[in-house]
Amino acid sequence: MNLPGHGILKGLAETARNFVGSYVSKDRLVTVQYPEERLPSKEAARNFPFLVYDGEDWEKGLRCVACQICEKECPPKCITIVKDTLRKPDYVGKLQFQPKLFDIDISVCMSCQICVEVCPFDAIKMDNEFELSGCDRFEQLLLHKRQLAKPNEYYQRIHPIEAAEVDGRLNVEKAKAQAKAGAGKK
Amino acid sequence: MSTREFQVIPRVDVDGTAVDGEQLEISMGPQHPSTHGVFRMDLKLDGERVARLKPVFGYLHRNHEKIGESTTYLGSMPYTDRLDYFCSLTNNWAYALAVEKLAGLQAPERAEYIRVITAELTRLQNHASLAGFLLQDMGASGTPLMYAFREREKILDLFESLTGARMMCNYMRFGGCRCDLPAGWILEARGVVERFPRFLDEFQALLDGNEILMSRTQGVGVLPAALAVNAGITGPMLRASGVNYDLRKVDRYGIYDRFSFKVPIGDHGDVYDRYMVRVLEMRESLKILDQALRDIPDGPILDPKAKLRGFRPKPGEAYGRIESPKGELGFYLISDGSPNPYRYRVRPPSFINLTLLEDLCLGHQVADVVVILGSVDIVLGEVDR
Amino acid sequence: MESLEQIKIWTETAVAGARLQLVTNPGPSGQHSLLVDNDHAAAVARFFLEDARLRLDYASNVTGIDWPEAVLQEKRKVKQTIEGVEREIEETIERRRPGFLEVVYHLYSMALKQGPVILRLRTGDRGAQARLPSLTPIWRGAEFQEREVFDLFGVVFEGHPDLRRILMWDGFKDFPMRKDYAPPQESGAGREPAQ
Repeated sequence: MNLPGHGILKGLAETARNFVGSYVSKDRLVTVQYPEERLPSKEAARNFPFLVYDGEDWEKGLRCVACQICEKECPPKCITIVKDTLRKPDYVGKLQFQPKLFDIDISVCMSCQICVEVCPFDAIKMDNEFELSGCDRFEQLLLHKRQLAKPNEYYQRIHPIEAAEVDGRLNVEKAKAQAKAGAGKK
Repeated sequence: MSTREFQVIPRVDVDGTAVDGEQLEISMGPQHPSTHGVFRMDLKLDGERVARLKPVFGYLHRNHEKIGESTTYLGSMPYTDRLDYFCSLTNNWAYALAVEKLAGLQAPERAEYIRVITAELTRLQNHASLAGFLLQDMGASGTPLMYAFREREKILDLFESLTGARMMCNYMRFGGCRCDLPAGWILEARGVVERFPRFLDEFQALLDGNEILMSRTQGVGVLPAALAVNAGITGPMLRASGVNYDLRKVDRYGIYDRFSFKVPIGDHGDVYDRYMVRVLEMRESLKILDQALRDIPDGPILDPKAKLRGFRPKPGEAYGRIESPKGELGFYLISDGSPNPYRYRVRPPSFINLTLLEDLCLGHQVADVVVILGSVDIVLGEVDR
Repeated sequence: MESLEQIKIWTETAVAGARLQLVTNPGPSGQHSLLVDNDHAAAVARFFLEDARLRLDYASNVTGIDWPEAVLQEKRKVKQTIEGVEREIEETIERRRPGFLEVVYHLYSMALKQGPVILRLRTGDRGAQARLPSLTPIWRGAEFQEREVFDLFGVVFEGHPDLRRILMWDGFKDFPMRKDYAPPQESGAGREPAQ
């Protein structure tokens, strides 16, 4: 025989179990005292894009060759690139174009990561920085080349597995180019 | 601005019917905590009973279909995430399926398994959220919602480690998936799937026998089966009325014919049945997940014929549909050989499921309207596009 | 599921005066459709719903498509005698196709678990003759979708129980999804700065 209110009492027992359980079991305690405690970010987590540069000099080491493929493929068209007339050598020594202007409007960017997928030069990658708040709604949200350029060491820190794969590929290319140059000299 | 001269259509107004001075006109929404988004209902009340209900929406209209005509096929994929923003991976799959039909691509086996796994995880977290929101609307002050979201977080963590984002995943590609499963993901997914039935048991112990839930939902908003079929209702709302129509069994798209699972059917078509059908569907999804996570093979994840850039399908048209957690989600694409589609149409289940809202609510009280709307399970991103 | 040719024969036999045309779909999806004339569309739809072999009780998707006036080019190989030698040359024939609006219905059967049967209706032109019979009395599921086609394309559905705008606000003029829709110029903070 089911007493009236039996269902409600059963429900209250469940709530009590969850409440007391949140003090004893890690599984039931689902909150983290942010910002003192932070959850480690996942390898694949992405927020806004950034440009990778190799070495110490951010201008000389910037991998971007201003091919403008990311600008064309970006769905909301948040990237603006202006090609420079001067050229600079890339990591294997070949002369490439470079961007005079590379702006990303992060108030438009939807973090879809298509620019990263289509870049043939591994020049643009996804950052996972999300604590970007500030007081300006316009100028602060238009990131320029200097703000976007971050070193390869940073990329290796935030996405270690991905960066290792990219570095492996680029080193193979570099070795091939050096071998060719060495054979050419002989 | 161009001018067009057309015959004026007489406007069928909420005010068109005679108001006898005793009826109260209320606009419920668009800013309302229980309308699941920016959704408005123009109610005409006779005391506490609903005499007329007209749904008004379009507040979240972002002309997704027009943008689809000026974006490439790949570029529209992140926009499909934002249609039904709870279930971005099933939206992606429906769109990828339609484009694959249009272009004649075929996803390899591992990609199909990954698609099924992500789709069923999406179904789990959508139904859990729905159960939580429905109970929240009934006044349960957040406890079931909190428990549901606690489990949902685990699933969103899985999505983040696979796709990079918790909700706006942008993961499916035409001919497969964007990237392969990271190391340890299957183990983590198996852990989540193994702990989920315990949460469902607790959730059902908390709610199923609850007298308040039963008296507020049983016999409320009854939907007869014949009306549901004629009105184009799909998804759990249709199955709760007793119609056995689940696209996973009817179309057998993807590799769903390899998995053994049942389709829960309701008897009465009231709000309680719609809620129970969703809870039972969660259990069936767990069965599918068990089988898929066990059987997933190794292999490539993208069709070798698929192209990322410069994708121009041959002229033609295709309609591809899947069983999303809300109902039948379909994409109708017309290609004219150029990189952008000529016509890009989304068949939104929430939009069409709202057709019968007035029929379900007539004669009920205002508090029941909230509960019935909750059981239809709408997401305004999909209703308005 | 029977072939579309068979369905066409059945329909033309059952509905007196109906003229259906098979529209082939050139792409790999293999989804061909039937174009029906506007005068008999409602009768054909009623036949589709009630015929025991078809039982198409579920109108899944109602789409509007805008086909503006276009010049279609067709290449053809023609034999011509030039300087006494018969040659085959390719000539391009241009054909002016007047503009029209099209509404496509994807129909399925929940009772017999078959489908889709794709039905197309075309208006006379994109102006005063943009009127079609409404199929909402036969399939209630078309109600909101026909309202959306009216709202975004401007097709007037005769016989619709409640034809008014659904996504755009009530005082909105013009039809956004048409190919020649020009959005109003924005003023104020949203504009691009003049270069």
